[in-house]
Amino acid sequence: MYRINRKTKLYQDMYSMWVEAPEIAKTVQPGQFIILMTREEGERVPLTVADYDRDRGLIHIVFQVVGKTTDELACFKEGDYLYSFTGPLGRKSEIEYFGTTVVVGGGTGIACIHPIARNLKAVGNKVIAIIGARSKELVIMEKELRLVSDELIVTTDDGSYGRKGFVTEVLKEKLDSDTTIKKVWTIGPPIMMKVTTELTKSYPVDTIVSLNTIMVDGTGMCGSCRVSIGGETKFVCTDGPEFDGQLVDWDEFMHRIYRYKEEENKSWQSFKEKKGCRCKEN
Amino acid sequence: MAEMIEMKERMKREPVPMREQLPSERIHNFKEVPLGYTREEAIYEAQRCLQCKNPTCMKGCPAEINIPTFIRYIVEEDFKKAYLTILKTDALPAVTGRVCPQEEQCQKECVLNKRGKPIAIGRLERFIADWARENGVHGIKDSVNKKQTKVAIVGSGPAGLACAADLAKMRYQVTLFEALHKPGGVLVYGIPEFRLPKTIVEYEVGQIEQTGVKVICDQVIGATRSIEDLKNEFDAIFLCNGAGAPRFMDIPGENMNDVYSANEFLTRSNLMKAYLFPEYDTPIKIRKRAATIGAGNVAMDSARTALRLGAEKSYIVYRRSRAEVPARAEEVHHAEEEGIIFHFLTLPVRILGDNEGRVTGMECIKMELGEPDESGRRSPVPIENSNFILEVDMIIDAIGTMANPIVARSARGVEVNKWGYFKVDERTRMTTCEGIFAGGDIVRGSATVISAVGDGKKAARFIDAYLSSGKSLKKQ
Repeated sequence: MYRINRKTKLYQDMYSMWVEAPEIAKTVQPGQFIILMTREEGERVPLTVADYDRDRGLIHIVFQVVGKTTDELACFKEGDYLYSFTGPLGRKSEIEYFGTTVVVGGGTGIACIHPIARNLKAVGNKVIAIIGARSKELVIMEKELRLVSDELIVTTDDGSYGRKGFVTEVLKEKLDSDTTIKKVWTIGPPIMMKVTTELTKSYPVDTIVSLNTIMVDGTGMCGSCRVSIGGETKFVCTDGPEFDGQLVDWDEFMHRIYRYKEEENKSWQSFKEKKGCRCKEN
Repeated sequence: MAEMIEMKERMKREPVPMREQLPSERIHNFKEVPLGYTREEAIYEAQRCLQCKNPTCMKGCPAEINIPTFIRYIVEEDFKKAYLTILKTDALPAVTGRVCPQEEQCQKECVLNKRGKPIAIGRLERFIADWARENGVHGIKDSVNKKQTKVAIVGSGPAGLACAADLAKMRYQVTLFEALHKPGGVLVYGIPEFRLPKTIVEYEVGQIEQTGVKVICDQVIGATRSIEDLKNEFDAIFLCNGAGAPRFMDIPGENMNDVYSANEFLTRSNLMKAYLFPEYDTPIKIRKRAATIGAGNVAMDSARTALRLGAEKSYIVYRRSRAEVPARAEEVHHAEEEGIIFHFLTLPVRILGDNEGRVTGMECIKMELGEPDESGRRSPVPIENSNFILEVDMIIDAIGTMANPIVARSARGVEVNKWGYFKVDERTRMTTCEGIFAGGDIVRGSATVISAVGDGKKAARFIDAYLSSGKSLKKQ
């Protein structure tokens, strides 16, 4: 059992949690993920590690309520225990000195690019961070990211904070004006990663995406997470989760991640009807 | 107490069949298909045993069970002694009593098999194991006097459980590491509830834990801890992480939404209990016509599971003919009774789908049998221009598994062969790294539960020999 050490509500339906998992915290690297279960009857849900505290043995996860499990997770309190918490899974981000790098984050992906930005900076890269959200309240980790990047640009869809517009618009300007950019990391909603990749296609930069597929075991056993990368079938859990965005078959990926939408909605609906808690204290 | 019966009568008496759920009923539920012997049936069957002086049946048992002795105890109605006899060498009797291919092992060697009427050893084993569980009869308890020596076992499937149980009996401190959230390996994620109820696996794993074996779940060795970490903490290691990586056919359309590996399909249904969705959170999507590719036991399990989950038609598509089917005859029989339709000499070449990634059909080609291949089986050859579309909307690949490299990657000095399986000394099961042993599917490739049990037991014996000679991984 894995104790929730700290829980913060970042915004309406977005939460930050530090979970006691000392063995994972000892070896985890940026880019890797964990799989958690809330209860024995729960599903196995992969979440990219947002950060870690090796000394205190903690793993940081950031999640948005998008279905039954995350809704239920949002009801967990500090001191509660998760039924299962496994990791670190997947390969770490390939971080080395590239020169100038851009990290693009959207939604909970903002949290996931933070340790990547930090490590990129630590090995001497110039780091430009671009983060986007629907509106001001949804902008997370701004302070933390500012500390580990040379430049930080915030965009909001409604213009309530930072620049009005999408992260891709800012990224395009940067790519046009700064030819020293060698590498782009983009982590966020699938559509954001896809659009970013489409944009960078015509620039001489590598684009790394982190794919959030459906998984069961997360160790290469089931193939639920398979994607086509450059025409070859790869498993996100063991070959990824990070891939060259230009090689991803995005249509197939999008089909596969939504293949249980109907069942997921049904499950969430019945959960919402049953639950009385809806964690008012948060 | 029941009587020993005359030799003549023993030879004459017909074997006692096992009652089963009717096919028309069982295709709508996940309850076990064979219902087990009653006390009377078990005794009546046990009385047929000739009690051979040199019992050949035992030669066919990788779990090394003293078969005539436990059967004699059944005749004497001393079920507790029968149970303890089995438990001496087999820590998973309710499991092996159900899933062993007895017809190829103990029962094949039974003298009465010459007349085609071997003793139903598996059914008797199952009867005794179930009796013990239902009556709260326990086996060996945790020994208070543990040795200081520690053994790590990587993987809690049948090989790991058997090895752990034997080592615990020898008073070693055993820790069993499991990557998933429940112990049992293929017994919990692979074999369906209707062949092996999960409460039974839980019970027998619990019994092994009672003997002092420590089970730690959520531990992916090679990720959570490395083999190097284990070497610092343990005196010997047994690697039995299974051949868990699924094989796909590598044909166009295979990444469409309704195409599963048997591993995914069965794991969703068995381990995650998708058949109880939404009571359990993990879903499984069942469409009208399911095609399972392959004809091994896993394929039978998948096709029968699809039927129970609501598929209207469930096909087995196999590129060879009926004669080459690798599944147990009993499984094929059960599948056919339930209405599974077999397409023999048929090879899928392409999966067809719509714009949303849903399967709409499968293009196949007819095959004929050519010359025997390396395995001695006649190899299938495509018949030109025989392509046709099989109307299916869901596909399960059950064409075998491969080695999962996660453990091997973190095991320095432990060599693997070209397929990624650990190389071991055939006698001792030791890998190329002294003090590290391996067994089960990660050495053999996909094999049976009982061969894994056999490996676990052999490894335990040679781990004991290694440690008894004063050696330890910590001293390296």
